[in-house]
Amino acid sequence: MMATLFYLAAFIALLATGLALTRTNAAHALIYLIVSLLAVAVLFFLMGAPFAAALEIVIYAGAIMVLFVFVIMMLNVGQEGIEREREWLSARNWVVPGVLAAILLLELLLALRAAPATTSGVAVTPKEVGLALFGPYVLAVEIASMLLLAGLVGAYHLGRRFIVRRERRR
Amino acid sequence: MSGLQIPMEHVLALAGLLFSCGLMGLMLRRNIIFMLMSLEVMLNAVALAFVAAGAQWGQADGQIIFLLILSVAAAEVAVGLGLVLQIQRRFKTLDMDQARRLRG
Repeated sequence: MMATLFYLAAFIALLATGLALTRTNAAHALIYLIVSLLAVAVLFFLMGAPFAAALEIVIYAGAIMVLFVFVIMMLNVGQEGIEREREWLSARNWVVPGVLAAILLLELLLALRAAPATTSGVAVTPKEVGLALFGPYVLAVEIASMLLLAGLVGAYHLGRRFIVRRERRR
Repeated sequence: MSGLQIPMEHVLALAGLLFSCGLMGLMLRRNIIFMLMSLEVMLNAVALAFVAAGAQWGQADGQIIFLLILSVAAAEVAVGLGLVLQIQRRFKTLDMDQARRLRG
């Protein structure tokens, strides 16, 4: 029963990702991407990683996707943008990326056959994650915080100039 | 709630499929917003592989690497979307083939 849930969620994740990356309207693609991320969160929960599942929903499907929504709303691409996107997605552009991705996938699948194993069926609780995070991995937490600070400063720098120019034009 | 016993090949094959989807999207699309979305899909697939590996050994390390990937994705998206706004303002398009000059 639970295994069926797993494969169902996996199917939904694949289908939603495929649909998301072939849409012409960015807002529609974003909704499909959110569905895909929620399905992956279900996979995490079923594999016994409830903390990762919660973070996937809160940060990936919540915060990061909301950033995308804001930017798509600010850009306001409209109908001619969708038409142009449809033109770029013509069939002959698919051949080379499709073949390259298929070859890479084939190699990955061939490499996977060598290692038979199953997931342990033991859930890793948030308490264990927290103890490991602020024990042996505390340096990684510091580095991640530095990375987020750099991202914050960079995004502020890029966005600030955008806002200032618009005000000056008025 | 205890976890499920799933064959690792199936989980890793799913991660590989998602990664290939993201890679194909990255090569196929010319709109920078879709390229950023494809990057998100690829990072997410890698995170799935890490969490699956953590679940195989019943250790917390997989989820910790997932956290680090999450912070990388957040920082990358913040800077990337700032760049999207700048590109739209300077080139009046989202086509990455138009944004060729390094010094705008």
